[in-house]
Amino acid sequence: MTETSRALPVLEVNNLARRFGDRGAAGLKDVTFAIAQGETLAIVGASGSGKTTLARLIMRLANPDAGSIQLHGRDITRLHGEPLRRMRSQFQMVFQDALAAFNPRASVRRILEDPLRIHGLAEPKDFDTSIDAVLERVGLGTESKQRLPLELSGGQRQRVAIARAILTKPDLIVLDEPVSALDVSVRAQILNLLFDLQDETGVAYLFISHDLAVVRAFADRMIVMDEGRIVENGTTEGVLTAPQAKATRVLIDAVPRLIR
Amino acid sequence: MLNWEGRAGAVVLAALILMALLAPWIAPGDPLAITGEPMLRPFASGAHILGTDRLGRDVFAGLLHGTRTTLLVACFSAAAALVVGSIVGTLAGYSGGLADSVLMRITEAFQTVPSFLLALAAISVTGPSVPTLIFAISLGTWTQAARVTRAEVLSLRERDFVAAARTLGMRPLEIAFREVLPNAFGPTVSLAAISVATAILIEAALSFLGFGDPNRVTWGSMIAEGRTVLRAAPYLSIVPGIALVVTVLGVHLLGRGLSRTERLQP
Repeated sequence: MTETSRALPVLEVNNLARRFGDRGAAGLKDVTFAIAQGETLAIVGASGSGKTTLARLIMRLANPDAGSIQLHGRDITRLHGEPLRRMRSQFQMVFQDALAAFNPRASVRRILEDPLRIHGLAEPKDFDTSIDAVLERVGLGTESKQRLPLELSGGQRQRVAIARAILTKPDLIVLDEPVSALDVSVRAQILNLLFDLQDETGVAYLFISHDLAVVRAFADRMIVMDEGRIVENGTTEGVLTAPQAKATRVLIDAVPRLIR
Repeated sequence: MLNWEGRAGAVVLAALILMALLAPWIAPGDPLAITGEPMLRPFASGAHILGTDRLGRDVFAGLLHGTRTTLLVACFSAAAALVVGSIVGTLAGYSGGLADSVLMRITEAFQTVPSFLLALAAISVTGPSVPTLIFAISLGTWTQAARVTRAEVLSLRERDFVAAARTLGMRPLEIAFREVLPNAFGPTVSLAAISVATAILIEAALSFLGFGDPNRVTWGSMIAEGRTVLRAAPYLSIVPGIALVVTVLGVHLLGRGLSRTERLQP
């Protein structure tokens, strides 16, 4: 999958820095990397290493102090208001806790209608057709349309979250620990769904995780972060078999003999 | 389901609403018309169960028709206060920064004046009628709803579903009023009961001082009327006073019941 495109990267992050993270999260120092089309890049690191801050900066939920974020070569770092909102269909996010990421009072139908309506992706009369199609694509029946988030299982909720993210046909999806809150048996199903979607659409994933087993199965390349800096950057296999940085070795040692 | 407090409050309020609705049938005619001998004691005459006042007007008819004015003014002014307060609180809490500071300073400016004095000042400018009473009372009571809503919105706006709405490209006003505000209603619902009770008391106090609508019977004006003959006929003040106490109590009980129920929900 790494070889699909050598052209302009989907996402390019240059010297990104932020002194303090949002809500007490870690800051970032001089973070630089790129993601190609159809690629999965894992961001790995212990708690407080700046993973979540990085995700929030890329999603433009917070502003960096320095550096730039480019999407398809277009600088979105200083974009605000309406121009930013229009760009948002191209990069989407799946949150760790799907329950918290949905308005508790909104039905699945309304949750999935929002992206269609906001970006004018379908005529209002065709909303149901589009919603039915995307629900089927993520493996949910149309009967779940009337449900509230609380009435769904964890796996079903994450499927709805993925459906919401792919409706706008983005080029990049930031996956913030998308399976860490799920049962092991459900994990594989969700990861397979993400795999298949990537094969079909060529979407790039920025996969934030602390689970090295999942990263090994899922990511082409990985970045290890420690105290807001990138300490290691390479292919997943390369980093896991021959870790250079101390932080990487600590993470690998923390895995109870699954990878070693 | 509601607990016993909530149910008791609901029963009292249902009875009051029924009284208000059926007043023209139970006690037909103008409640301000003189229908009998003056100063009849309660239960002394079958035609005037609760007696008559010093002009010979039926106390029971006044009480029934007074329910209409009381509930009308109280419900509408509480509703107006909650709507205005929710909007101001949501705008302040969600936008933050300068808008928040300005809106909250305005709210505080209103709060520094006791709501009764504010209503009194407003009504002496506009003159007494039901719409101006509603306006005057809500003028002093919307601030509480604004503060409660703002506090709730401040905590809700940090939640992931607001971040998710932003990443979808939803406009700030839509996020504030469609995503955040409906989830901030919980504490406002229990506040609604307090607002209604406050409105009832302010309305009664205004009427007592002669600032009520002169063409309508209200409990406050009945108490004021009775005051002049307090020694000879204390029941003239006591009967509408009891009605006032029962109503405020019922509203409070319902509010407590509702807030308990709301707390059970996630």
